[in-house]
Amino acid sequence: MSGLGRLRGLRPGDWLVLVGGAALVALLLGQVGAAGDRVAIKQGGRLFLETTARLDRSIAVPGPLGITQVEIRAGRVRVLADPGPQQICVRQGWLLPGQTALCLPNRVSVERGASVYDSLNY
Amino acid sequence: MTHSTIDLAVTAEDRHIATLAAAAVGLTLVEAAIPLPLPGVKPGLANIVTLIVLYRLGWRAAVWVSLLRIVAGALALGTFLSPTFVMSLAGGLASLAALGALVHLPKTLIGPVGLSLLAAFAHIGAQLGVVSVWLMPGVNLLPLLALFLGAAWLSGLVNGLVVANLLEIEK
Repeated sequence: MSGLGRLRGLRPGDWLVLVGGAALVALLLGQVGAAGDRVAIKQGGRLFLETTARLDRSIAVPGPLGITQVEIRAGRVRVLADPGPQQICVRQGWLLPGQTALCLPNRVSVERGASVYDSLNY
Repeated sequence: MTHSTIDLAVTAEDRHIATLAAAAVGLTLVEAAIPLPLPGVKPGLANIVTLIVLYRLGWRAAVWVSLLRIVAGALALGTFLSPTFVMSLAGGLASLAALGALVHLPKTLIGPVGLSLLAAFAHIGAQLGVVSVWLMPGVNLLPLLALFLGAAWLSGLVNGLVVANLLEIEK
């Protein structure tokens, strides 16, 4: 009998385990992918806010010069406005995974998490 | 056959179990020689033997074959009483426990493929449990869990189909 014929011989419980297992793996893989969606905003070296890039929101971070405005939209992160004179972190635009925008005068940093290869886990 | 066959009935079963365990050890050694991308991701071919024994001779025989395979395989590979052995034993015991529970389910409900998959999940679950509790406490194993569970799914499916085929041929 062919391999395909064997598949037809599967019992209902076999299919249940097969599909359930695949769903569980897919779910876990989704969780792993979510690690790259982490956004960490720090102010004065302290963690101001840790959130996910999946939730659209606008965050006002108060610093010594004023308010640094951070925008999270459609899974992306950027510094929208900053009271600093050079506007380096604003011009950086949308952050790539693993990138950090540093608004130094206002002592704000925005970190886009990355799912990096981690040798410790292996 | 002579009447002595009857006298040797128990011994024959012992021999049968030893032969099957030897086959399982053989598969373990063959498997160890296959280069694999990640340590811990293995096809688990010896579980084919365990499942065949479970269907043909029952759970107690499967426990014997499996434990003999784990100990003899570890002795042959030089990993006896090492962390590798502990992980192998933990995985083996977990899948035997799962099979012991599942074997009572009606055959029309679940077949070798389901049993193979659940045994593979129990196996890798126990192994990652050992790793997180004893070997690498505090390490986030979630990314590895997805990977290993995916590998267990694939190998469980393939081994289950092999067992289903072998049982069909043996009939």
